[in-house]
Amino acid sequence: MKIRLLPHPILTPVLAIVWILLSNGFTIGHLLLGLLLGWIIPIFTLRFWPDRIHIKRPLALLRFVGMLFHDILTANVAVAYYILRGSRRVTPGFVVVPLELESDFGISLLANTISLTPGTVSAWLDPERRHLVVHGLNVRNPEALVESIKQRYEAPLLEIFESC
Amino acid sequence: MEYSLLDIFLSVLILFGGIFTFIGSLGLVRLRDFYSRLHGPTKATTLGVGSLLIASVIHFSTQETGLSLHELLITLFLFITAPVSAHLLSKAAIHLRVRSVAKLPAIIEETERSD
Repeated sequence: MKIRLLPHPILTPVLAIVWILLSNGFTIGHLLLGLLLGWIIPIFTLRFWPDRIHIKRPLALLRFVGMLFHDILTANVAVAYYILRGSRRVTPGFVVVPLELESDFGISLLANTISLTPGTVSAWLDPERRHLVVHGLNVRNPEALVESIKQRYEAPLLEIFESC
Repeated sequence: MEYSLLDIFLSVLILFGGIFTFIGSLGLVRLRDFYSRLHGPTKATTLGVGSLLIASVIHFSTQETGLSLHELLITLFLFITAPVSAHLLSKAAIHLRVRSVAKLPAIIEETERSD
């Protein structure tokens, strides 16, 4: 197997930034140490991340993160409201979301996104990775929920990571 | 004793965070089945802990010690780990057939039976 010197070019600056935040103070020494760790850790963890991540549309990623923060805020308020109003009046349910995403990274991002946003937790992934089962806290209209997950979250992720 | 506007703002943030964290925990009592209870820890607490951490960033950054941003890491780790643990818990619950208010979809029944 060919040993690549820089298996994950994106991970290196990310880990360096995490290291600087962790040390809670910016110095040149910490920056260098962070970059060194950001270079070595991806090499040693290559077996967990065999595929290189390609971000094809950085701007779309930024827009996605912005939208995600907005949705997390509304999700929190909505769930708090459901809890306070009492569980007798909500109708929990499972929905099956057919996946178009194919990469492991894309699917895990989608599953994480679903768990962080309005009243939904990703509950189960079939072994072939074609369907994601999502539990909703208050599902009135299952088709509409599946449609909104696909349009709001899967479509941007497809555009960012898997478009040509 | 004098209170600055900043102190009041920070107190409001901390109170807000405390209330949301409390509501998240309250969900464990109020909701009816295991899967619904999973929603509490993954969401209501995110906003609660989020505003506590923002208060911490502002408080320590306005002290003499300078900018303090390592709270951002707590947020990052929380956002990564909360959905993963919720997913694993629900996967285990589905496997163990934990009682659920909602009906499990057919695709799970088919796959789990063939295992």
